Amino acid sequence: MIEIRFHGRGGQGAVTSAELLALAAIHEGKYAQAFPSFGPERRGAPVVAFCRINDKPIRIRANIYEPDLVVVLDASLLKIVNVASGLKPEGMIVTTSKDSPEKVREILNVKNRVGVVDAVKIALEVLGLPITNTTMLGSVVKASGLVQKESFIPPFKERFGRIAEKNIAAFERAYQETLIV
Amino acid sequence: MGKRVGMEVSIAAAEAVKQANVDVISAYPITPQTHIVEHLSEIVANGELDAEFFCVESEHSAMSICIGSEATGARSFTCTSAQGLALMAEMTYIASGLRLPILMIVANRTLSAPLSIWNDHSDTMMIRDCGWIQFFVENGQEVYDHVFISYRVGEDRSVLFPTIINMDGFILSHVIEPIELIDQEKVDKFLPPYQPLYRLHPDQPVTMGAFALPAIFAETKKAQEVALRASLPKILEVWKEFGDLTGRYYHPVETYKAEDAETLLVTMGSIGETASVAVDRMREEGRSVGLVKIRLWRPFPFEALKQATLHAKNLVVIDRAVSVGGPGGPVASEVKAAIYGEPLRPTVYNFIAGISGRDVAPFDFIKMVDKAEIEIEEGKKDGYELYGVRE
Repeated sequence: MIEIRFHGRGGQGAVTSAELLALAAIHEGKYAQAFPSFGPERRGAPVVAFCRINDKPIRIRANIYEPDLVVVLDASLLKIVNVASGLKPEGMIVTTSKDSPEKVREILNVKNRVGVVDAVKIALEVLGLPITNTTMLGSVVKASGLVQKESFIPPFKERFGRIAEKNIAAFERAYQETLIV
Repeated sequence: MGKRVGMEVSIAAAEAVKQANVDVISAYPITPQTHIVEHLSEIVANGELDAEFFCVESEHSAMSICIGSEATGARSFTCTSAQGLALMAEMTYIASGLRLPILMIVANRTLSAPLSIWNDHSDTMMIRDCGWIQFFVENGQEVYDHVFISYRVGEDRSVLFPTIINMDGFILSHVIEPIELIDQEKVDKFLPPYQPLYRLHPDQPVTMGAFALPAIFAETKKAQEVALRASLPKILEVWKEFGDLTGRYYHPVETYKAEDAETLLVTMGSIGETASVAVDRMREEGRSVGLVKIRLWRPFPFEALKQATLHAKNLVVIDRAVSVGGPGGPVASEVKAAIYGEPLRPTVYNFIAGISGRDVAPFDFIKMVDKAEIEIEEGKKDGYELYGVRE
């Protein structure tokens, strides 16, 4: 079972990211689960969301304390939230940042693999909004290979309707531009 | 097996209500039940379901409308949480007293104060004795399935009781997971239209819920009590038929690695799944631990519970609500009552855990089993603790 924790700020779409990743995995015939850290929604405040993916039915309903993958949707969180908390030694962090993956590793003071993409820039250019949820998923797929790219198309179309194409484009660009160390 | 579709559990619940072809939906939005009602209002507005959707001004009215509509023979649905359930509590007793097979989903949430929107079982325990059939489910599939099962059981002429499906708020209601949907044709065959025994109709006037003097009230109450207990065989029969139809078989009490276990965890609701992961971890360490999960809360399955637990040395019962100033948690009280008459019975240790949505992880179950086993070994009887409270 792979456990993924998303860090974002209220309104950026961390919950949507977790949900779309689960929906894409389920679309592939896998078992998956996505849920927010339940609470009153607060725009701009640090939030987390969770996703589990497995080949067998998932029986655990607790929060994720030792993730295999951490996804960060807002670079400012790297310095104010311990996003690497509990991350497995072989686990990975994927984040938006203008910095290089080496620099991000230094900021976080971790030895884990790190994937970096400037998701804010891509989202602004492609979507016209600094909402990084779908963009970061492109980076997640590139860095982790957890789910096939094509599996996101049905959930994107269902969730975004006429703006699905733009989100697919942002996803694809992040996939191409992600750097990994 | 049907295809698994990823969706939020609340959406799956609403889709089941649509597939059950209900005639009347009456509800007032309250967190965390909101998504069920929102989706149902869309379904009705889009013309996907030919039903009356009543936007009421309170939960008291929501239940009152369901009582009125169900009394005319219309299949009726509502759902609520916490304070909303408190406000409709008065009418829940009317619904069961009139033997109206309404279905209500309770997305379980903590009762205030202090104000809390998170999950525990304090809301539904408030109306424990309201005379409804009461299920607890562990995952989204079970919520979806029990919508059909509940109407089928409740509307049976040998039963005629309203039903509550308890699903943990947020922990289930706001989770996306795969749901195996049932073809409409199969649903229609399993759940034919409601044929009421009596109904309010101008052409054939009847009185429902008339005034009862002390000379007759006790007899009426006994009839209700006998009938609710007697619904158990029908519930078992419908579960069996549903299992044959879908491959998903349900039981009033379900066990996991329990047969040879010295210590049994006893749970109710969605924490049962997490507890099973904890049992696997303890088994890997060679510990003799198993799990017993209560699915049917009313009528309480005394015999099934005894069968599942009497061989064990220790029962570690996990409650999600407190009987303040009382004997501990409501599940532990029931478990103790069920085994009290047995000459050889396990020792019960009761934890209240996950109050107001506090996370209960596998390691928490392991800590609870550790503590209970040590204290029972030291001779402590009837141990009781609010787990994980900072003091």
